[in-house]
Amino acid sequence: MKELFTAWLEGGSDPMESLLDISTQEDQDREARKKVSDEKIRRLRKDPAALQTVERMRKRFRKIYLAVAVVCCIMLSGFLLYTISLMPRYGEENPRAREVVERYVEQGVAETGAINIVTGMILDYRAFDTLGESHVLFTALICVMILLRIDQKNQRSGYEDYYTIRSDTYYDLSREPILPVMGRILLPCILVYGIYILLNGQNSPGGGFSGGAVIGAGMILFSAAFGMKAADRFLSVRLCSILTFVSLAFYSFAKGYVFFMGANGLENHIPKGTPGAVLSGGMILPLDLAVGCVVSVTMFGFYSLFRRGSIGMEVDYGRFSSEESKQSQ
Amino acid sequence: MTPREILTVILLVILIICAISVNVIPNLLQSVITFMAYSFIMAVVWILMESPDLGITEAAVGAGVSGILFLMTLKKIRSEEEHDPADDREEKPKTDSRQTSGGEKTR
Repeated sequence: MKELFTAWLEGGSDPMESLLDISTQEDQDREARKKVSDEKIRRLRKDPAALQTVERMRKRFRKIYLAVAVVCCIMLSGFLLYTISLMPRYGEENPRAREVVERYVEQGVAETGAINIVTGMILDYRAFDTLGESHVLFTALICVMILLRIDQKNQRSGYEDYYTIRSDTYYDLSREPILPVMGRILLPCILVYGIYILLNGQNSPGGGFSGGAVIGAGMILFSAAFGMKAADRFLSVRLCSILTFVSLAFYSFAKGYVFFMGANGLENHIPKGTPGAVLSGGMILPLDLAVGCVVSVTMFGFYSLFRRGSIGMEVDYGRFSSEESKQSQ
Repeated sequence: MTPREILTVILLVILIICAISVNVIPNLLQSVITFMAYSFIMAVVWILMESPDLGITEAAVGAGVSGILFLMTLKKIRSEEEHDPADDREEKPKTDSRQTSGGEKTR
């Protein structure tokens, strides 16, 4: 016994292996059945009549599939159209939501300090919705990172990596005439417009989400026009996660403070400012900035992760060229 | 009908055509571009319906970022489809020279 145990301990055969193997009658039956069905399939594959039957059945399945798909689509669209017919007509008043709308329209400016009542709604009355949206984006970024990010633990195949880098260097931007020139012309406009939307969200159409999306699109254009190396200089994974975390935490705490004070009937110490000024609307401007940070980082992160599986400098670009130069030597 | 309403109706008709053709077009690249056109028209419709907030977001996210993400995915799928191991041996030295020349240029 002891000998057997020491043999097992030192990596020999397991003495209990055959004893503990549980192979019930059911398993054997299943294997036998599988063998029979395999044999059947093999026989049918050689049989032209059977092949014809399979083909016919496949065609019939396609027909049924198409019919069911069309019926499902028509039913779904009919259901949606019916729901739309229940809604009030365009421009009409909704009798059910009258109180809320009146309150928002009449006292929105006084209560939130925002002239653009939409931003006042989504960042003051219904700020929890926006917090949830930001967290959805954050979660989506994390999921894309889990799936697509390349690091020491999650390496892609050498071919895939090679292909990404090869296509990046093959379509080298320095020999591309249109994109960098147009990027140089368009990029300042896009970024300034995005910052304008972000900062002026309480006075004009826009706000955190749209401003962040515009800035994120501008950053994508930047990295597409001037290369990923240029974008690496200002945004790494670390900075990305810190920015997202700080924004979300700030949002939660600021809004939690406001809700806590409001729910307990305490005085809110955040000044509303004069409606129409850039620095107005109480917490709306900082919250806008937080949401904009999260959204723009998420958009750029999606692009960067889709394109090469990392944000910032993580892929070793010299790896393949050095390997190949070794080969050529 | 005012000119504005006529414009809205025309845009909505184009919108429906785009939405159907996104599913019908066999070529994926054309399908993605039609989808981006759909988003762009939708942005104009939002602005005509007096909700510019949504219009800006739709233009940036729908026509811009999600279209780019679709194109990136398409590029990855294509590059894996078209990959043939037999070509690799031929192409590697070529790309090697390209890589080094490109690297020197950027440096």
